[in-house]
Amino acid sequence: MGDGTELGRVRGLGSAHQGAEGWWHHKISAGSNLVLVLWFLLSIALLPAYDYPTISAWLAQPWAAVPMILLVVSVFYHFHHGLTVVIEDYQHDHTRFVLLLLLKYFTIATATLAIFSILKVAFTAGAAL
Amino acid sequence: MANVRNPARPLSPHLSIWKWGPSMAVSIVHRATGSGMATVGTILFVWWLSAMASGPAAYGAFVDLFTVSSGKLNVVGYIFGIGLTLSFFQHMASGVRHLFLDAGANFELGANKRTALATFVVAVVATSAFWLFLLEKSNG
Repeated sequence: MGDGTELGRVRGLGSAHQGAEGWWHHKISAGSNLVLVLWFLLSIALLPAYDYPTISAWLAQPWAAVPMILLVVSVFYHFHHGLTVVIEDYQHDHTRFVLLLLLKYFTIATATLAIFSILKVAFTAGAAL
Repeated sequence: MANVRNPARPLSPHLSIWKWGPSMAVSIVHRATGSGMATVGTILFVWWLSAMASGPAAYGAFVDLFTVSSGKLNVVGYIFGIGLTLSFFQHMASGVRHLFLDAGANFELGANKRTALATFVVAVVATSAFWLFLLEKSNG
C-alpha cells in the first residue's frame, strides 16, 4: 500500500504488478526529456558552424558532454518504455516476447555506443587522433 | 498467448469505422511520432555521435550523406531534419497535454478538442521557427 495518494494506492496492482510504476517513470523521464532535448536543439541552433572541429570542441566541454549523457539516459529510458507499451498493445503471440527482447538489446547497445562516443570525444578532442 | 480468434465472431468497430476527430488524431500521432523518433531518430543520433568519435574523416563521410558540397543540407538532410524536428515538437506538445489529462484536467469536450488542435499548431510553429532561425543564420 502506498502513502494515500491515488498513485500509491494502485502501485503493485494490475496483471503485471508494475504498471503504475512504469507509468510514473515514463512521466519523470518525459519531464527531463523536455528540458534536455530543448537544451540540445538550442545548443545545435546556436553553434557558429557544423564542421568537425567546431562540433567536437562543443561536445568536449563538460557543460555539453554531461547534459548529453543525461539526455541519452533519459531519452533512451523513455523510448524503451514507450516502445514496450506499443509492442504489448499490438503483439499478442510469441512475437511479443521476441520483440521485447530485441528492444532491450537495441536500447542497451545504442545507449552504450552513444555514451562511449560522447566520452571519447570529450576526453580526446584536440588530442591527436 | 496463442492468437486464436473465431473468424465467425464480429469484430468491434475500428479505425475504418469511426469518424476521425482531433483528440483521436493527436493520440495516434503521439504514438507514431514517438515510435519514429525511437527507431529512425535513435539510429541517426547514435550514428552521428559514433562518427564524431571516429574522427574527422568518418564525421565528414556521415555529414556528406545529408549535405551538398557547399555544406548546405541536401534533400535527404531536409527530409530527416524537418521530419525529426516536427516529430519532436508534435510529441512534446501532445506530451505536455498528456500531463494535464493525467492530472484529470481538460476532459470537457470543447476544451479537449481545442488543446488537441493546439498541439498541431504549436508543432508547426516551433518547427518553422527552428528552421527559419537556422536558415537565416547560414544565409545571413
